[in-house]
Amino acid sequence: MDGFVDFWRAVMGMPILASEHGHKVDYLVVVMHWLMAALFVGWILFFGYVLVRFRKSKNPKASYQGVKSHASSYIEVAVAVVEMVLLFGLAIPLWSQMVDKVPAENESTVMRVIAQQFGWNARYPGKDGVFGRQDAKRISLDNKWGDVPDDENGKDDIKVYNDLKVVVNKPVVVHLSSMDVIHSFKVIALRVCQDAIPGMNIPLWFKPIKEGRYQINCAQLCGTGHYTMSGGFLTVLSQAEFDAWEASQGGGGTTATSFE
Amino acid sequence: MQSTTSQTGHTEAHDAHHEEPGFWRAYVFSTDHKVIGIQYGVTSLIFLLFGFFLMMMMRWQIAYPGHPIPVMGPILEKVLGDVASGGVMSSDLYNSFGAMHGTIMVFLAVVPLAFAAFGNYVVPLQIGAVDMAFPRINMVSYQCFVVGGVVMMVSFFIPGGAAQAGWTSYSPLATSIPTDGQTFWILGMVFLITSSLLGAVNFIATIIQLRAPGMTWMRLPFFVWAQFVTAFLLLLAFPPLEAAAVMQLMDKVAHTSFFLPTGLAIGGNLANVSGGGSPLLWQHLFWFLGHPEVYVLILPALGIVAEVVANNTRKPLWGYKSLVYASLAIGFLSFIVWAHHMYLTGMGTAISTFFQTTTMIISIPSVVILTCLLISLWGGSIRINTPMLFALGFLPMFGIGGLTGLPLGLNYSDIHLHDTYYVIAHFHYVVAPGTIFGLMAGIYYWYPKATGRFMSEFWGKVHFWTSLVFMNLIFQPMFAQGMAGMLRRMVDGGVNYSLAKVGNDAIGGLSDTMIGMNVGISHAAWLLGVSQIPFIINFFWSITHGKKVTSDNPWDATTLEWQTPTPPPHGNFATAMKVYHGPYEYSAPGQSKDFAPQNEPMR
Repeated sequence: MDGFVDFWRAVMGMPILASEHGHKVDYLVVVMHWLMAALFVGWILFFGYVLVRFRKSKNPKASYQGVKSHASSYIEVAVAVVEMVLLFGLAIPLWSQMVDKVPAENESTVMRVIAQQFGWNARYPGKDGVFGRQDAKRISLDNKWGDVPDDENGKDDIKVYNDLKVVVNKPVVVHLSSMDVIHSFKVIALRVCQDAIPGMNIPLWFKPIKEGRYQINCAQLCGTGHYTMSGGFLTVLSQAEFDAWEASQGGGGTTATSFE
Repeated sequence: MQSTTSQTGHTEAHDAHHEEPGFWRAYVFSTDHKVIGIQYGVTSLIFLLFGFFLMMMMRWQIAYPGHPIPVMGPILEKVLGDVASGGVMSSDLYNSFGAMHGTIMVFLAVVPLAFAAFGNYVVPLQIGAVDMAFPRINMVSYQCFVVGGVVMMVSFFIPGGAAQAGWTSYSPLATSIPTDGQTFWILGMVFLITSSLLGAVNFIATIIQLRAPGMTWMRLPFFVWAQFVTAFLLLLAFPPLEAAAVMQLMDKVAHTSFFLPTGLAIGGNLANVSGGGSPLLWQHLFWFLGHPEVYVLILPALGIVAEVVANNTRKPLWGYKSLVYASLAIGFLSFIVWAHHMYLTGMGTAISTFFQTTTMIISIPSVVILTCLLISLWGGSIRINTPMLFALGFLPMFGIGGLTGLPLGLNYSDIHLHDTYYVIAHFHYVVAPGTIFGLMAGIYYWYPKATGRFMSEFWGKVHFWTSLVFMNLIFQPMFAQGMAGMLRRMVDGGVNYSLAKVGNDAIGGLSDTMIGMNVGISHAAWLLGVSQIPFIINFFWSITHGKKVTSDNPWDATTLEWQTPTPPPHGNFATAMKVYHGPYEYSAPGQSKDFAPQNEPMR
C-alpha cells in the first residue's frame, strides 16, 4: 500500500508526508479520486459519443423511446456499493481510531495549545507531568493562560509561543482550544487539521515519523491577520534533543508568553 | 386570484374593467408575476456582476500582493478611504470583499435569479395560471429583497466598512470585528430571508392551487417540480437562520452571549460578556440553512437544463419519474447533511458516522439526475443553439463539481482538503460553470417569450465558449493548489508559505509553481469578466434590435408557457388552458409534427 500511495501522492501533487496516520488519509484521497475519475471518464465518453452520433444532421428524426436498457441502474447501484465500502470500510473506522483511541498520556508528548489572534500558544506539563490549574476568569494581558497563582503543579510548566516541539515516533496528544475566535490548527505535512474553538477543549493526536521543522497554518478565517498565523512552527525532535530542550527551558518559562 | 376552474370568467371580467396602469403601477409596484420576475432578474444580474467585480479586485491582490490595483485602486481609495490606502487592498478590505462576494453571490444574485426570477416568470405560465396565488405578497417579496440589497450595499460606505467574517459569519469572530458592517449584514440578511420566505409560500400555494385543469402532478414540467422542492427548502431551512441572525444581532448590540462562551479573551483581556454560549450553535443553525441552500442554487438550474435538453433533443426526458423522485429525495436529505461542513469541529464517531452516511446517500439522487439528463441525449436529434450549448456545458461542469464533493464528504479525506482551494474549486464548479450556465441557458431560452425577439446567436456562442474556457482556467488549477495544501482566505495570496523558507528550511511551504498559478488564475478571471461584455450588450441590444420571433412558440416546445401571446399580456393566456398529456411529448409516434403541446390532445 505504501508504494501505491507514494506514487499517487507524487502524481497528484500532494505535499510531503510526515505522520503515521497520514498514509491512510492519502490512501483515501487517492482511491476517492479513482472512483471520481472512473465516473467522469465514463460520463465524458458517453457524452462525446452521443453528441457526435445524435446531432441533428446525423440523426434528423429523434427516437421517442430513447435508451431501453437498464445499464444505468446497475451502474448507479455499483457506485452506491463502492461508496458504502469506502464509507464503512475506511472512513468510519479510521475516524473512530483517530478520535476514540487517544493514546495514554504517559506514553505521549502532551501539550495544551491555545490559539489566539494571530499565533499559537503551547504549554507542556514539565517534569512533574501535571499541568498547572487554569481559571478562565483570571485571563488578562499578563496572564493569558489564566494561571492560578502559587499552584505547585504549574511552577515547572513550559510555555512557548509559535515554537512548538515534539518527539519523533512518539504519539503527540494536544488539548486544543482558543482564547478569542475560532481558529484551526493545520499542519499540512502531518495531515493534521482540527478547529480550535473558544470554550471547548478538543483532544487531538498524531504520531510524527520524520524529524524536521513544520509550518503551522490556521485553516479558519480568524480576522485581519489570519495569514500571519503561518508564523507558527512545530519542530519534531529526537527524544534526546527534546529532553535537552525541555531541561534548558527550566520551569515556568514566561519569556515567550508576552503578548505580541 | 381565482381558482383555475373559473379562469375563463376571470379573464373576461378582467378585460371588461381593464385600465391601463400608469408607469409606477406597471413597472415599479407591479403585482404581475412576469414584471416581478423581470425585476428580480435584472436586479440579480446586476448583483451577479457586482459580486464578480469584488472577486476581480481580490484576484489582483492574490496575484500581486501589496501592489496597487491598476485603474480601480485610486477609485477604491477615494470611495472607501484608508482600507484601500495607496490603491492597495488592505487585509480588512480583502476580508470585506471576500465576505460580501459570498453573501452577494448566494443571497442577492444566484438564488434570486434561479428561484425568484425564473420561478416568477415561468412557473405560472408553465402550469397555466393567470398569476401567482398572492400577487401582492409577491410584490412585497421583491421589495424586501431590494431593501436587503440596499442595506448590504450601504454597509460598504459606513466607517469600518462591510462585514469581514466570511459569508458564514461565524461567532465569535463576527461579533468581535469592530465594524457596524457586521450589524448591517445581519439586518440585510433578515430582509433577504423574509423576502425568500414570502416567495416560498407563494410558490407552494401557486403550484398546489393554480394548476390548469388536467395539469396533474406527473404532467408538471420538471422545472416546476424543481421550483416546488426549492420552495419547501427555503420555507423550512431559512427560519432557523433568521432566528440565529436575531440572536447574533443581540450578541452584537445588546451584549447577550448566545454564541459566546465563558472565558472569551479578545485582544488579551477578558471580553465583557456574560458567557455560557456556544460558538458551535451558530454553525449548526447556519449550516442547517447553508446546506439546503446549496440545493436551492442547483435545483432550479437542473430544472432549466431539463427543459432545454428535452426541447433541443426533440425527445422526451429519459426517466422523468426518476428525476422527480430524485429531486424529492434530495429535498428531504438536504436537511440532514448540514454538519458535514463541520467535520473538524471536534466531532465524535457516532455523529460523524450519521452525517457521512447521509452525505454519501445524497450523492445517489444527484448521480441519478445527472445520469437521466445524460441518457436523455441518447436517440435525440440534437439541435445546437445557445441555450442548448449552455445546458450541455452545464452537464460535465456540474459533474466535476458533484464528484469533487465526494472526498470532502468523507471526514478522513477532508482532513487534508479542508479549507483549501480544492473546496473553492469544488463549490464553484457546482455554482459557477454549473448553476450559472444553467441560468444562462434559461435566459437565452425564455428571452424570445419575454421580449418577442431572440438574443444574437453568434454573440451567445461567443459568450458560451469564452466563459467555458475561462471558467475552467480559473477553477481547474485550484484543484491542484488545494491538493498541494494551499489554504483559502489568505490575503497575501500564499506568500505566507514562504515564511517556512526563511532562516530554517521548514517543511510545509508551497512550491513556487503552485503560488505562481495565482497569476494565471487571476488573468483568466479578468478575461472571464471581458467575456461577459458580449452578453451584457446582447441582453440590452436585443430588446429592440434582436431578430423578431415569427411565432409564439419559436423553439417548437410543448410546455404551456409557449402557448401564450408574445410577450404574454396581463392575465397570460388568450384562452383558458386545458392539459391533455405529459410535458415532453416530442417525436411521439403517429403525430403530424414532432412536438405535441400540452394543451393539444394527441392522436
